[in-house]
Amino acid sequence: MASTDPDMLILVDIDKTLSSRGRSFALKAAFSSQQGFVVLFGPSGAGKTLTLQCIAGLVTPDSGQIVLRDRVLFDSKSGVNTRPRCRNIGYVFQDYALFPHLRVFENVGFGLRKSWPLPLSRIHRHKVEEFLDIFEISHLAQSFPFDLSGGQRQRAALARALIRSPDLLLLDEPFAALDTLLRVKLRDELLAVQARFEVPVIMITHDPEDIRAFAETLVTYETGKVCKVDSFFKEKGEEYLTRTIYPTSRKPL
Amino acid sequence: MSVINALLGLQPLWLTLKVAAVATLFAFLIGVALALLLAKGRFRGREWLDAFLTLPLVLPPTVLGYYLIVLVGRNGWLGRWLYDAFGLTLMFTWQGAALAATVVSLPLVLKSARTALENVDQNLEKAGRTLGLSETGVFFRVSFPLAWRGILAGTMLAFARATGEFGATLMIAGNLPGKTQTLSLAVYSAVQAGNESLAATLVIITSLVCILVVVSSGTLLKTNYLRELDR
Repeated sequence: MASTDPDMLILVDIDKTLSSRGRSFALKAAFSSQQGFVVLFGPSGAGKTLTLQCIAGLVTPDSGQIVLRDRVLFDSKSGVNTRPRCRNIGYVFQDYALFPHLRVFENVGFGLRKSWPLPLSRIHRHKVEEFLDIFEISHLAQSFPFDLSGGQRQRAALARALIRSPDLLLLDEPFAALDTLLRVKLRDELLAVQARFEVPVIMITHDPEDIRAFAETLVTYETGKVCKVDSFFKEKGEEYLTRTIYPTSRKPL
Repeated sequence: MSVINALLGLQPLWLTLKVAAVATLFAFLIGVALALLLAKGRFRGREWLDAFLTLPLVLPPTVLGYYLIVLVGRNGWLGRWLYDAFGLTLMFTWQGAALAATVVSLPLVLKSARTALENVDQNLEKAGRTLGLSETGVFFRVSFPLAWRGILAGTMLAFARATGEFGATLMIAGNLPGKTQTLSLAVYSAVQAGNESLAATLVIITSLVCILVVVSSGTLLKTNYLRELDR
């Protein structure tokens, strides 16, 4: 179905039920996008992070399929389930998940170091230096993550994810821990990064400003499911955006 | 007189260190492997297995010794096989003492290792997977480096326990001077024989070793906690 559509960037159609201690949560997420920037929006606990983890291969859905361009990452009917390390998908966690026992330089170069325990090759070391430069954290190369501010950690986490030239970048509320002024600055930086690396992005956010800045396809969640998919969101105009984000509001903002 | 005592005192010390070192090594390897299984595995009866492996901590040492004799004694299931296949026997040997010490110190490694591994932030392990690591890679490059302090603390406690093993050791290995008489057995014999100065020397040596272990172990755990706070 999806793999025959040449314009399809990402297709997600999954069911996953989590249960523990008698309680259960059922997720049904279905959306697709031809565009490079997908935003997942919705209340906490709706299943957005779970969706992202399924796409990355960290969690296996009960059924369905996940297709990235022409690559089938997961298909319960044919039994395809690519391991996360083979999916080539970058993931930036909500708390950045930088390795606390490693310096920033080693964190960023982590995914390149296939010959562990041997050290990074010279070529890879140059690449790490290059990326530290791009993300303006060269001066922090020998620091540990707990010495970094929120914004610096976010940049390091992005560098770490992008250095492997992933086919898709997943961001889980990348600006949640940062103050408003910093968010404005980092939004522009993220747009520049995405344009520079030409990598499709799926981002989770609660912040309407993020939707305004980034969303090309907007996927809206209710508890446990996707309730609306808006493609070509930017073209639909300011009023549509306000109505979508604040459906019960009477005044436009 | 004191020189002779010192020489006499040395043998149990070296024997004890040998037994304890071997026991701690095996307790570490087996303990960490089992801790990984218990921390990551999702199988029925997981907590029953954990409880079973923790038993040596609570069983009276002589009861433990009895079970070990049943297993590795001349007519035991494992003992008979070892004898028939390799001509080996564990009864009344230092290796038997090492086995007893391994069994009693294994739970100490197991408990600390399991806790330490479970306390590693799951997101860090997930990040490792997205960055190209296999499960083995995740263990050696993410989980273990972050858990090693807790594991080491448990291993040091295991070493202390192994040096002090008495009941099970006495039953499997006996109390043969020069061959299987570990420090704690030597203290017992010295007291029985009324040799107070020898007993005192041995007690001081053993106490110093244990204090050293407990203090270093505590420092390791404390460092770990501070690091968590800073994050």
